[in-house]
Amino acid sequence: MSLDPQRRLRRRLLLAPTTLTLLLFMVLPMLLMAWMSVLAPDTYGGVRWKEWSLDAYVQFLYERDLDDSLTLNSDYLQIFGRSFLLAGFATVVTLLIGFPTALYIALKEEKTRQRLILLISIPFWTNLLVRTYAWMLLLRNGGLIDSSLSALGLSQGALDVLYTPTAVAIGFVYSFLPFMVLPIYTSLEKMDWRLVEAAFDLGANRWQALRRVILPLAMPGIVAGCLLVFIPAIGSYYIPELLGGGKSLMIGNLIQNQFGTARNWPFGAALSFMLLALVLLAMWVYTKRFQRPPGE
Amino acid sequence: MQASNTLWRFRGVTPTAMLAFVYLYLPIVVLVVLSFNANRIATLWTGFSFDWYLKVMDNDNILRATKNSLIIACGATVLATSFATMAALAMAGKRFRGQAFINAMLGLPLLVPEIVTAVASLLFFLALGLDLGLMTVLIAHTVFCIPFAYLPIRARLEGLDPRLAEAAADLYAGPFATFRRVTLPLILPGVLSGAMLAFIVSLDDFVITFFVAGAGATTLPVYIFGLIRMGITPEVNAVSALMLLVSIAFVALSYWMGQRKS
Repeated sequence: MSLDPQRRLRRRLLLAPTTLTLLLFMVLPMLLMAWMSVLAPDTYGGVRWKEWSLDAYVQFLYERDLDDSLTLNSDYLQIFGRSFLLAGFATVVTLLIGFPTALYIALKEEKTRQRLILLISIPFWTNLLVRTYAWMLLLRNGGLIDSSLSALGLSQGALDVLYTPTAVAIGFVYSFLPFMVLPIYTSLEKMDWRLVEAAFDLGANRWQALRRVILPLAMPGIVAGCLLVFIPAIGSYYIPELLGGGKSLMIGNLIQNQFGTARNWPFGAALSFMLLALVLLAMWVYTKRFQRPPGE
Repeated sequence: MQASNTLWRFRGVTPTAMLAFVYLYLPIVVLVVLSFNANRIATLWTGFSFDWYLKVMDNDNILRATKNSLIIACGATVLATSFATMAALAMAGKRFRGQAFINAMLGLPLLVPEIVTAVASLLFFLALGLDLGLMTVLIAHTVFCIPFAYLPIRARLEGLDPRLAEAAADLYAGPFATFRRVTLPLILPGVLSGAMLAFIVSLDDFVITFFVAGAGATTLPVYIFGLIRMGITPEVNAVSALMLLVSIAFVALSYWMGQRKS
């Protein structure tokens, strides 16, 4: 049965502003970025539109010597590796804190649950840059943590944690914790708790009930939470910039650099494109594995 | 019911949850407290003072950045919310070909790392030869605000009884009258909460703005970032605390509105 033409026209008109905006200012720029990543860079930023070049991708792995021979250069790989490590570490720690927190909230009464979820969501909607800055106040030498530790006699000398990878990891866990708690809570809330009761009735202890019943049922939420932490963490720009102090350079900083001092647009585009490909790959695996209709 | 049974008390869950709440709120509390500190050295407490807030109110750069932020947030909110409302209405009707594609496109700004969107937008604007400024920031903000506005509106439409609109049509209301008199009042809470999310997300954005704002379109987060890079000062504490309080007020307001409607 087909819709009458008038209603179809109305639907098209309703969809047009959103579709056109997203196509023109989201999809098209991505395609342009992919294209620019295979062009030759111009001297002062910009690209040479008619000159194809795979240099941006070659540069990622190799260094071009004066005599045009290529030697392996692991600098950029190391930055990717460090980003993976830091984002992965942050994901694991947020999971270790976030899962018990979501479970704690899910086991409360309806009214309390709503309030606690609001408490988790408020930081989620507040300015991340400013919250990152708050950690600079806490972590720096002479800051609250440093001075309370030395007042308690727990540390000798300065704390020296700001401007290290540790500070970046602390910032990641803090910033992205709500992204972990909220999806896990959603899957726990939808869960049929009678299944856990049944496990207890059948003599399971708490650990067994948790591992064999609750964890598998919460798995979609756990995986969604891990992605929601990992993706923004790996592409993060200002958290490593502010808390890592430029020493623990991550992909985001490297990309920004290509449009600042380094002035190598094709390389910046290529790095962004590789980051995008990584994220899309992770999402694709996730939807393949976890978004099947129930009962399949 | 569940809490009454001791079997449900998993060991370590309560302390971890407490730790999580302290972890989430400690920095916010410290920042707000220190913003009232009389001392020039921003991390040592010496006495209560409003001075830094007065200094912030007196700073022309901060006021200009705030004005830019508000212009862009208002513009992006109006555009994104109206686009998203229209799209949600179309998507709520009968299923059609291409719906999955539009859904995927709506998810794109949420999914793609901000820095990638920022780079792509910057390259696009430069390739078009557009001057970076308020216009480019407004365009970029509208794009990533659309999904935030769309989701609550779509959720609200999902729970709507289609027979209400049918009844209006039976009573000779045209499509526009049906929308204005029946559908819009019913989805209004969704539209308002979508608009509020769009506003907050636009006001808070840093990375994308940082890339696509020229010298003249500095927003408050971009300005704060510049200040932070130069060092920790009481003025930064005060302006940061103000930003936090505005966001918290907004979230609380949207929660309160959601509670009242349901």
